[in-house]
Formats: sequence, C-alpha cells, structure tokens
Amino acid sequence: MIGVYHYMTVAAILFAMGTYGVLTRRNAIVIFMCIELMLNSVNLTFIALSRHLHSMDGQIFVFFVMTVAAAEAAVGLALMITFFRNRESIDVDQINMLKW
Amino acid sequence: MASIMFYLLSLILLTATLLCIFQRNPVHAVLYLVLGFFSLAIMFYLLGAPLVAAWEVIVYAGAIMVLFLFIIMMLGLAPQDRPEGPGWQRWLPFVILMAAVLACTLVIIALDPAATAQGEPYSLGPQDFGEALFGKYALAVQVVSFQLLFAAVGAYNLGRIQRGKGKP
Repeated sequence: MIGVYHYMTVAAILFAMGTYGVLTRRNAIVIFMCIELMLNSVNLTFIALSRHLHSMDGQIFVFFVMTVAAAEAAVGLALMITFFRNRESIDVDQINMLKW
Repeated sequence: MASIMFYLLSLILLTATLLCIFQRNPVHAVLYLVLGFFSLAIMFYLLGAPLVAAWEVIVYAGAIMVLFLFIIMMLGLAPQDRPEGPGWQRWLPFVILMAAVLACTLVIIALDPAATAQGEPYSLGPQDFGEALFGKYALAVQVVSFQLLFAAVGAYNLGRIQRGKGKP
C-alpha cells in the first residue's frame, strides 16, 4: 500500500535533485528549469498531503504555486534575453556586474 | 496495481530528472523535464487530483516548457560541437521512458474508463474547485492576478529595446 510517506520521499528526492542542479549548472536557463523542478516537488507534497488530510486546500494552493511559476518564468526569461543582448552568453559566471 | 504504477512512475520521474540535470544540451534537458512533468501529472491523477494533473500538462509542459524551448532556440544556445555518433542511440532513453508514461496512461484508461474508482470525497472536480477558488479564496485570486499583471509589465519593460542605446 502506498502511503503519504512514499510520495513525500519522492518529492524530497526531486527537491534535492533540483537544488543540486541549481548549485552545479552554469547555464542560466537550466538553472531556471531546476527551479521549476523544485516548485513541482513542492506541488507533489501539497497534493499528497491534501489527499492524506482529506482537504482541498492543498490543491488550491498548487494553483497559486503554478501562477507564481508562470510569472517567474516570464520575468526570468525576459532577464535572460536582456542579458544575452548585452553579453552574448547566459553563463552565470559572467553575471558579475553587481558584484561588490 | 496502484503501487506498481507508483513505483514505475517515480522511477521514470527520477530518471528523467537525473538525465535533465546532467544533459549538456539544453534542448534535451527541456525534453526530459517535460517527460518528468508528464509522469508527475499521472501521479497527481493517482492522488485524486485530475484537474491539477490537467494543469500540469497544459500549463507546465505545454506553456512554460515550450516558452523555455523557444528562448533556447531563439538565443541559439544548443552546443555546436556535438559529438558524432549514431543518432537514435541518444534518443533511446527518452523513447523508452516516454513509452512507459504512455503505457501507464493507457492502463489507467483501460482499467477505469469513466474514472469512477476515485470515489473518495477529496477527488476534486472542477465545480468544487471553482466554488472554493472564487468563494473562499477570492481575495487570493485577486492578488495573484495582480502579480501576473506586474510580471507581464516587468517582462515587457525588460524585453523592449531602448531607443538610442542597445542593439537593434
């Protein structure tokens, strides 16, 4: 029988993979994709707990998480395009103009 | 049956995620991430959230990931010095995993065509969802719509080319 802990374990592994990708990759778009992955692992946790607690609030919150993800993707990709226009690359090692 | 499907789907999900993280070519990474989102959507369906499963496919795999793909292809980020090799072998894991996802979907449909097995009260239909969203959570929907508006204005502001400076 599959319980809530199985789903939360998968979500935790997924979140850890997303964190690893954010920390190790240098392509900014791949880093954005890893952030989307982390948001989705949180969605999985919400849905699993929503079923476990017999409550619809988790599913409603997933709606808001998806909205935030869409807004973040729009602004983030606009930032990528602007940066690429200036530097001809989206390597995060080159984003150092604000470094103190 | 559900437990077999859970293990199969989580295996596909984690494998696709690993392949996505370690891909050098960002286009392939996007495709593997879309595959992972498909298996995640079936998992949501198994958890009694068919509406969220549909959004996962429509919004994430259909809209956001295609936007990523569009930006990657517009900026020309795919590595030019790809290693030569037989073409179909690099697509083999993708094809196998995608076939497994489609098989899971077909099995679900074949076992229960009318989706009656999810008889528990937390299997949320669109009507209950809409009533809760625009009744109890109406203020939150307003806030989120403002957030989307601000994001659209911000993206427009960042993306336009200023007159005088900036390349055409």
